[in-house]
Amino acid sequence: MRIAVCAKQVPDPDIPPSQFKLSSSGRAVEPPRNVSPVINGFDLNAVEAAVRIKESADSDTEITVISVGHGFALDVMKRALATGADRLVLVDDPSAQDLDAAGTAQVLAATLSMHGPFDLVLCGRQASDWDQAHVPLFVAELMDIPCVTVARRIDIDGASATVERVVPDGYQVVEVALPALVTVSNELGEPRYPALKGIMAASRKQPEVHKLDELGLTDEQIAPMVELISLEIPQRQGRAEMIDGADDAEKGRNLAIRLRHERLI
Amino acid sequence: MSVILIAGETGQQGVTQQTLELVTAARSLAGDGGEVIAVFTGAQDAVAPALPADSVYLLKHEALGEKDSGTFDAATDVLSALASELDPDIILFARTDRGSVVAPRLAMRLRSAFARDCVAAAWDAGDVIVTRPVHGGNANARFRLAGKGPCVVMFRPGAHDAGAHDAGAHDPASSTTSSPELRNFDPAPHIRESRSKLLRTGQEQKEGVRLEDAEVVVSGGRGLGGPEPFTQLAELADLLGGAVGASRAACDAGWIDHSHQVGLTGKSVSPRLYLSFGISGASQHMAGCSSSRNIVAVNTDADASIFGDARFGVVGDWEKVLPAFISAVRDIS
Ligand SMILES: Cc1cc2nc3c(=O)[nH]c(=O)nc-3n(C[C@H](O)[C@H](O)[C@H](O)COP(=O)(O)OP(=O)(O)OC[C@H]3O[C@@H](n4cnc5c(N)ncnc54)[C@H](O)[C@@H]3O)c2cc1C
Repeated sequence: MRIAVCAKQVPDPDIPPSQFKLSSSGRAVEPPRNVSPVINGFDLNAVEAAVRIKESADSDTEITVISVGHGFALDVMKRALATGADRLVLVDDPSAQDLDAAGTAQVLAATLSMHGPFDLVLCGRQASDWDQAHVPLFVAELMDIPCVTVARRIDIDGASATVERVVPDGYQVVEVALPALVTVSNELGEPRYPALKGIMAASRKQPEVHKLDELGLTDEQIAPMVELISLEIPQRQGRAEMIDGADDAEKGRNLAIRLRHERLI
Repeated sequence: MSVILIAGETGQQGVTQQTLELVTAARSLAGDGGEVIAVFTGAQDAVAPALPADSVYLLKHEALGEKDSGTFDAATDVLSALASELDPDIILFARTDRGSVVAPRLAMRLRSAFARDCVAAAWDAGDVIVTRPVHGGNANARFRLAGKGPCVVMFRPGAHDAGAHDAGAHDPASSTTSSPELRNFDPAPHIRESRSKLLRTGQEQKEGVRLEDAEVVVSGGRGLGGPEPFTQLAELADLLGGAVGASRAACDAGWIDHSHQVGLTGKSVSPRLYLSFGISGASQHMAGCSSSRNIVAVNTDADASIFGDARFGVVGDWEKVLPAFISAVRDIS
């Protein structure tokens, strides 16, 4: 079985809101100094899902991680190899920064077909930088394969996959014919940490790198339709009215009195 | 003056709140003399809802509806076909489970520009400009949607007021919002063979108020340190007639089911009162609750970012604050 995982390098989302800054152009985000980028969290969940399938499979399973971008931190992207992926394919091109979601999906679909065919394509449910969540659905549409979103469990059964997907008030179990695309959510469980053995093996592997123009896409296919005009950091409410008291218990009582006074309780 | 197509949804109480919000958005985007068309797919026995739309399609087919809800392939096929035929200027979706799947697939099938989770949209020199939070809510971005054909816009819940139509929808005597023209479209020829099958649906057992509808939400985060405190939060929620929410950190730790998660990738709530205990206020959490009218934060860290969003704050240990708060609430109510 051949599995592809689409993964993206993003600025670390776990920084406090106070450290979030825009670049001087006002059109891009300036990652804080000394904070390394990471693989998008949900994409690590997708890698984890692939590795679990590989571990439970009785036939050979190969996992290829594919990423589109520019300015890759190789040690960051190699985490996927260190936790069980077999190959890393990078489309590394300065003009990748100009792609919109549809263009990115075109590039991913072309890369998937160049390295394919794959039985299963996994993606994170959304990326923590632009929160778009639609690149996977675009890719599925371009490849004309079904797409199951927000998975917390995937089981492979011959020519189909059984996917548990999270819905607002519970979950669904969906059987889908392969090839299919599945987006993975954090409910799948913590992605594993790389073990020393994995890190050593990954350090010996090199990514396969492509430029955009190797993929046979026309300019029209990747011309952006969605253009960023401006970015702005929203105003916060300000500062809360602090409720005091001699000790924490009294603060609790005073809070109740204050809220009662405001007729909120 | 434009033609706006709305992908509506129905629930147990008929047309959903979010669909009514779309109608508000559509009316303003359509402009004077514009046309608002709503399409419902898979609506069981839906009668033509008294929406303030100019026309409505109620598309029924056995492949649509719940059966389709694993991949929404049939809904995508039918809506894409109808959209191609109508060729509207804008197609609007709400950010629901279904919208999140169908809208992007349809946009790619039509090769249309698409933006999700928008909080505003307006015309500008023939293009649609949308505003949407990005980077987990740390920034707001404005995008121009270009490209040929209709553009597809998905709105965040609560981005528009639904109230304006409520009365009309339920009051047959109200004339301005009387029944729209019912139009026909045969979905059958457009539905391809399904590649998926819904095997089972599991409901998280929930009693009491729905989190999304609650007027009071009592939320807990990583600072609670374990599952037991959520029993106290539930007690408080009961007392106030509210529901229990949680941060992703608390859900990921397994202290409470993920269906309680509030935030960017959880539920959106906008209660009158949002009481939070041991939540730091990450922008991805606030994305789901910042429209609450009164946020209260209890946190040991005086510098916690949530105090910048809250109306009332207590710097203190939840373990001391919460029991005293609960008993005071009992005393005064
Ligand atoms: C793409 C993406 C999507 C996300 N979606 C969501 C989402 O939908 N919802 C969500 O919640 N998060 C989401 N997150 C995660 C989010 O970024 C934060 O990591 C998370 O909200 C933190 O949860 P927390 O506030 O409970 O934990 P922490 O940030 O660890 O905060 C715990 C707080 O508890 C306080 N505390 C500790 N002990 C006590 C005590 N005894 N009494 C009182 N206070 C105490 C601490 O001072 C601290 O402020 C998402 C992240 C990403 C990247």
